[in-house]
Amino acid sequence: MQDYDTLLKQIYELLEPLVNEDVELWEESDFVADLGFDSLKVMKLLEKVEDHYDISIPLNILPDIQTIKDFVVQLEKIVST
Amino acid sequence: MSLFDKFEKIVAGRQALADRGITSNVVMEKVISPTEAVINGRRMILAGTNNYLGLTFDPDCIEAASTAVREQGTGTTGSRMANGTYSDHVQLEQELADFFGCKYGMVFSTGYIANLAMLSALTGPGDILLIDADSHASIYDGCRLSGAEIIRFRHNDPGDLEKRLKRLGDRASNTLIIVEGIYSMLGDRAPLAAIAAVKAKYGAYLLVDEAHSLGVLGQRGRGLAEEAGVEEKVDFIVGTFSKSLGAIGGFCVSNQPGLDLIPFAARPYMFTASSSPSIIASTRAALHIISTRRELSRKLWDNAHQLYEELHNLGFQLGPEPSPVVAVRLADIDQAIGLWRGLLERGVYVNLVTPPATPDGGCLLRCSVSAGHSTRQIEQIINAFASLKEAVQVAETAQSL
Repeated sequence: MQDYDTLLKQIYELLEPLVNEDVELWEESDFVADLGFDSLKVMKLLEKVEDHYDISIPLNILPDIQTIKDFVVQLEKIVST
Repeated sequence: MSLFDKFEKIVAGRQALADRGITSNVVMEKVISPTEAVINGRRMILAGTNNYLGLTFDPDCIEAASTAVREQGTGTTGSRMANGTYSDHVQLEQELADFFGCKYGMVFSTGYIANLAMLSALTGPGDILLIDADSHASIYDGCRLSGAEIIRFRHNDPGDLEKRLKRLGDRASNTLIIVEGIYSMLGDRAPLAAIAAVKAKYGAYLLVDEAHSLGVLGQRGRGLAEEAGVEEKVDFIVGTFSKSLGAIGGFCVSNQPGLDLIPFAARPYMFTASSSPSIIASTRAALHIISTRRELSRKLWDNAHQLYEELHNLGFQLGPEPSPVVAVRLADIDQAIGLWRGLLERGVYVNLVTPPATPDGGCLLRCSVSAGHSTRQIEQIINAFASLKEAVQVAETAQSL
């Protein structure tokens, strides 16, 4: 079982190749407003995270996710089950 | 704050098209035949209408629709649960079940409603929907309406599907897998034999949407499940009347006795007016034609192969396999619009598809072929592309520099 801080660090690593070099990642980074994510990039991220943790992420969680923190909070619940 | 603030992205998207001279949808000013119409005052070959068997002007279908409208009126003015079930609706349901060799059949007012109704009634909170990533919007919307857990698997990847079923453990038994016979954007088939084998191994249910494959695939025109020899393993087949059948409507057929309960559980079915008698009548005639005039499917495939192979030889980047949907893939929106306009100027209409409607973020000039296209018309479409190829090459070279 992995805690929030470990997951956050790993998500930063997985996100890095998907964002511009000059974009700084932090917990409150907004996927759309700050990182410029569109639906295609969101799906790419989900696939990377699913492969990394060997999990399936239900699309139902997406409406609750705006920031990296929101995502890691949801992820923590999924990896702990 | 206004209710319309959320449309900011749509406004920006429309503006981007307007800046390139596209301000409204294409209007068919006069439809002449299944393969020709007048657009912008000019006679065009229609190569983007999903009219796969060209039945929209078939004399038998028109006669059946005309008789029905005269004898039964223009509409049913009610839902199937109230006054909207005519004997012809019931007969079409039986004929669809017979055509597919299934016990049960259901008819819906559109193909979109068929998916909304089936997915939202079959699954609910606690169930799982396992859908191909490139699924049609009606599948995504049906999933959302169901309240079930929605999980995507990688497009046409039975290995990824299996991985996800394995993760579900015992929950696989209340999981509905959804795939399409032919995917509408790139025209590729699902690897259905492998998907059906995985489904059987884990004890899930499988629904196949044959919207683009009915009348197109299989010896009897039943679709991909027939072609792949896995009809026994498919639990539900959904489809539409608005492509090969040349009308509008949707259906589901199944051997699952539970299909009889769907009318009492599916709100999109219960609270929609039923199809008008003329639609049901022309659809019945078209279904009979699919069964009896198999030469239409052969002509469709001849046309599809000719267009796919010639465009491939011209160097266009296409979908992964020959199919009645021939998608020309372009990375750049200006290039796509330029080519689309050039085709219109040369008397050829195809679908211009831009992100986010495309699977990979690129643009598509989506052609769909019909059995109604003459060999001469297919050649005209190819010639129009060929005359524009140079412009595409120039743009590609400029992009790679």
